[in-house]
Amino acid sequence: MLADLPILSLCVWVPIIGGLWVVFAGSRMSTNAVRNNALVFSIVAFGLTLLLWRYFDNSVAAMQFTEKLSWIAQFDIFYHIGIDGIALPLILLTSFTTVLIVLAGWEAITDRVNQYMGAFLILEGLMIGVFIALDAVLFYVFWEAMLIPMFLIIGIWGGPGRIYATIKFFLYTFLGSVFMLVALLYLYRQTNGSFAIADMHAVLLTLPQQKWIFVAFLLAFAVKVPMWPVHTWLPDAHVEAPTGGSVVLAAVMLKMGGYGFIRFSLPIATDAAASLNGMMIGLSLIAIVYIGFVALAQEDMKKLIAYSSISHMGFVTLGFFICFEIYSETGSWAGAVMGIEGGMVQMISHGFISAALFLCVGVMYDRVHSRQIGDYGGVVNTMPRFAAFMMLFAMANAGLPGTSGFVGEFLVILSAFKASFWLAFFAATTLILGAAYTLWMYKRVIFGEVTNAAVKTLEDISMRENAILIALVIPVLILGVWPAPLLDMMHVTIAQLVEQLSHSKLP
Amino acid sequence: MTDLSLIIPELSLLTLACGVLLIDVFRGRAPDAITFWAAVISILVTLVQVSLQFPDRTMIAFFGTVKIDPMGAALKAVALTLVLMSFFFARDHFDKKQEECSEFYILSLFATIGMLVLISANSLLTVYLGLELLSLSLYSMVAMNRDSAQSSEAAMKYFILGALASGMLLYGISMLYGVSGTLQLDQLVAYSELIDQKRILMVFGVVFIIVGIAFKLGVVPFHMWLPDVYQGAATPVTLFIGTAPKIAAFAMAIRVLADGLQGLAMEWSSMLIILAVLSIGIGNIVAIAQTNMKRMLAYSTIAHMGFLLLGVLAANNSGYASAMFYVIIYALTTTGAFGAVILLSRSDTDADQISDFSGLAKRSPWFGFIMLVLMFSLAGVPPFAGFWAKWYVLKEVVAAGYVWLAALAVLFSIIGAYYYLRIVKLMYFDEANEVQHLVASQDMKLVLSVNGLVIFLLGLLPGTLMSACVIATISYSS
Repeated sequence: MLADLPILSLCVWVPIIGGLWVVFAGSRMSTNAVRNNALVFSIVAFGLTLLLWRYFDNSVAAMQFTEKLSWIAQFDIFYHIGIDGIALPLILLTSFTTVLIVLAGWEAITDRVNQYMGAFLILEGLMIGVFIALDAVLFYVFWEAMLIPMFLIIGIWGGPGRIYATIKFFLYTFLGSVFMLVALLYLYRQTNGSFAIADMHAVLLTLPQQKWIFVAFLLAFAVKVPMWPVHTWLPDAHVEAPTGGSVVLAAVMLKMGGYGFIRFSLPIATDAAASLNGMMIGLSLIAIVYIGFVALAQEDMKKLIAYSSISHMGFVTLGFFICFEIYSETGSWAGAVMGIEGGMVQMISHGFISAALFLCVGVMYDRVHSRQIGDYGGVVNTMPRFAAFMMLFAMANAGLPGTSGFVGEFLVILSAFKASFWLAFFAATTLILGAAYTLWMYKRVIFGEVTNAAVKTLEDISMRENAILIALVIPVLILGVWPAPLLDMMHVTIAQLVEQLSHSKLP
Repeated sequence: MTDLSLIIPELSLLTLACGVLLIDVFRGRAPDAITFWAAVISILVTLVQVSLQFPDRTMIAFFGTVKIDPMGAALKAVALTLVLMSFFFARDHFDKKQEECSEFYILSLFATIGMLVLISANSLLTVYLGLELLSLSLYSMVAMNRDSAQSSEAAMKYFILGALASGMLLYGISMLYGVSGTLQLDQLVAYSELIDQKRILMVFGVVFIIVGIAFKLGVVPFHMWLPDVYQGAATPVTLFIGTAPKIAAFAMAIRVLADGLQGLAMEWSSMLIILAVLSIGIGNIVAIAQTNMKRMLAYSTIAHMGFLLLGVLAANNSGYASAMFYVIIYALTTTGAFGAVILLSRSDTDADQISDFSGLAKRSPWFGFIMLVLMFSLAGVPPFAGFWAKWYVLKEVVAAGYVWLAALAVLFSIIGAYYYLRIVKLMYFDEANEVQHLVASQDMKLVLSVNGLVIFLLGLLPGTLMSACVIATISYSS
């Protein structure tokens, strides 16, 4: 019975319609009713994605839950959706995060609450749409449409520099995406009139063609990840965004770049990826090492976590692009699977950890209205329970074994060893740098003398905040000690992806 | 069918327009609402006739001077709808200002006849006839604001430059006539395929004709009149000039270039590339510097007309279909954008500064949302109709092999996105300059809301309109 329902479509449209309902009907409701409505919609959406997980078959590499309807018949554009092992964990992450965001904005947001909650619900639907689209045009529509709610979220509810930050965010991501559009249109011509992503995977292209396409995709995805040197929008956007905005940016939006690399760049422009992988690995290492040092120098907590995100996302791109290096060193594709899996685990785990850290900063910001590390100190004296939670997330961010942060980094470093010692060496410096900037921040904020009068009167976290943080502790710890469910979910799909990568696409 | 029955829409609109003129003369001190409703009914009657007589094939009438085909009928229907919408916006504007402006409706009706003639032209003479009828009405509409020096200056500029462009067009026509001895577009096309020493004269003729078309569309470097006219004219006049006549200008481009000069496609499409690139570039960059909303939309128009030319220069039927889709979406969106300016205006001031949009989302969440849809649509962000317009044109440009042109066009449209975002920023992020409620008539609010929703729905389901454009242009060679 349940299998007959278009569950996947519901995952997209329940939050979008719920969001529109909250925006338009919410203007006549009381603020509390708006919050309750939004919470119900976000929980229903989360429940729907859990249903997907329940009925998902780990042993199949093909797309599941597919739905295909004609959308623009004239040009063979379809409303074609489906999920595989790469998309499912990202969808779960998205719907989980949205519930937390609704809860986190419960008291902090008092202005235009219906629009705030509605924007996040619509955003959730659009982001899930990106992960499930199997038609390139459908993908692009979701990909771009997502910018509109995010633009409004940063611009309306953000900090003092929000306007600069949000316009920069929009134009930067728009800049990357439009070239992807040209590449997709070009591929449409090469496939003789098909926008199906699967057909684009199959089409043969010469090396120069592939390189141009790779570069166009790179512009779109590198901005989203973000990779050095197109990362500068992220610290601005994070600092100015409201807590919920920062959480969704770090937890989900950055993952779209990574998702794009494995859904588009690698399978479509395989040979270009193989020949340009030196550049990609170089950029990833710069992100890991250089941005790690930049994070060390930050005085603003949100900025520090933003730079830490860029550094951690460097691991994701490293894991994805190291496969060709491993193949040329070892002559086998077996190690490549580990690198890509490591990148995927890193994406999911970073989703939880960075969301948690931004929520922690949000908890403090709601009380003290400052993000400067210097304004804090001795928070443990007044907020012991909060300090314990933040301790755990800081450790996870530093990659402590037993937390999810360790698993992804470990897998990527391990596969880097197969490629070359020095690669692994530079990648591993993140374990030191990550610990340095995270724990140093933790020390300065939580321990030490209480110097700020505001800190003396802090109240410890409420039941609501407690619940949010516990909800994040669970996946961080479970993935840390037992990542098997996540790895099983992805394994078959990634093995098939690597199999695809082992064949040249030259004509 | 006899020739006369084929042009019933034009004939009846002419009769009705003369009737409206008489009504206006003899209405005495009665309110000008009478003229307004008479004009609305005239347009509605014509619209019904166009849709009843929708042709399923191409028909030539009046010794080869008139061509009735599906594309023409579709464009006529769109143009008439746009004129109808502009009437409702205009009425609200003139009511607010408490001005008697029945001339507006009468001149608009005559301009509309001009558009219909231009759309069904099959002879260079018919093209010229329609164009002049349209242009002369527009010149006087711009000058209608008698007490404003800015308005008179705009009208003067428009008239002189327009006359110059008409002269250029006529010069081009005379060259083509000199070579071929015919003015009929479907006979001219055979001469355009000639490869001999006369071809150079044909190419020269094409150059002058392109100048005439470029002036009408307002593309760089023949755009000088456009910002001044848009700013100087009363807002409803700007709304009128910016929408339906663009449909007619598109029809003129297709009629002359595709019907009559397809054999010279190589030549004219390389000229159009230059015009398109310059327009998209200069239009988008200069728009950033504007503080006047009407002027900003003028530069935005220049950029959009450049995009339109991208579709035309593909020189095949799917390219023409994309350009047709583009111009329809563009005209609809622009109607809404100027409609919003009228909505915000009050009896004493025009809301034509972009700062007048500050805090609109708080003053009226609904119209803030409508304007948000229109701005993102103009910027080409999905899921709104403007995205599909850009997508379709870019697809045809890439299919025609001009990938670099597509890349250049999207690069400039990022620059363009900035000034549309700035309006959204003002509406949603800034505080309002004033807290007064919006004053506007119910029917005008309804028209604006429907306009915004149509843009939204066409963004979700653009397929039907795309198919219609493909079917309309199917008779052109690919």
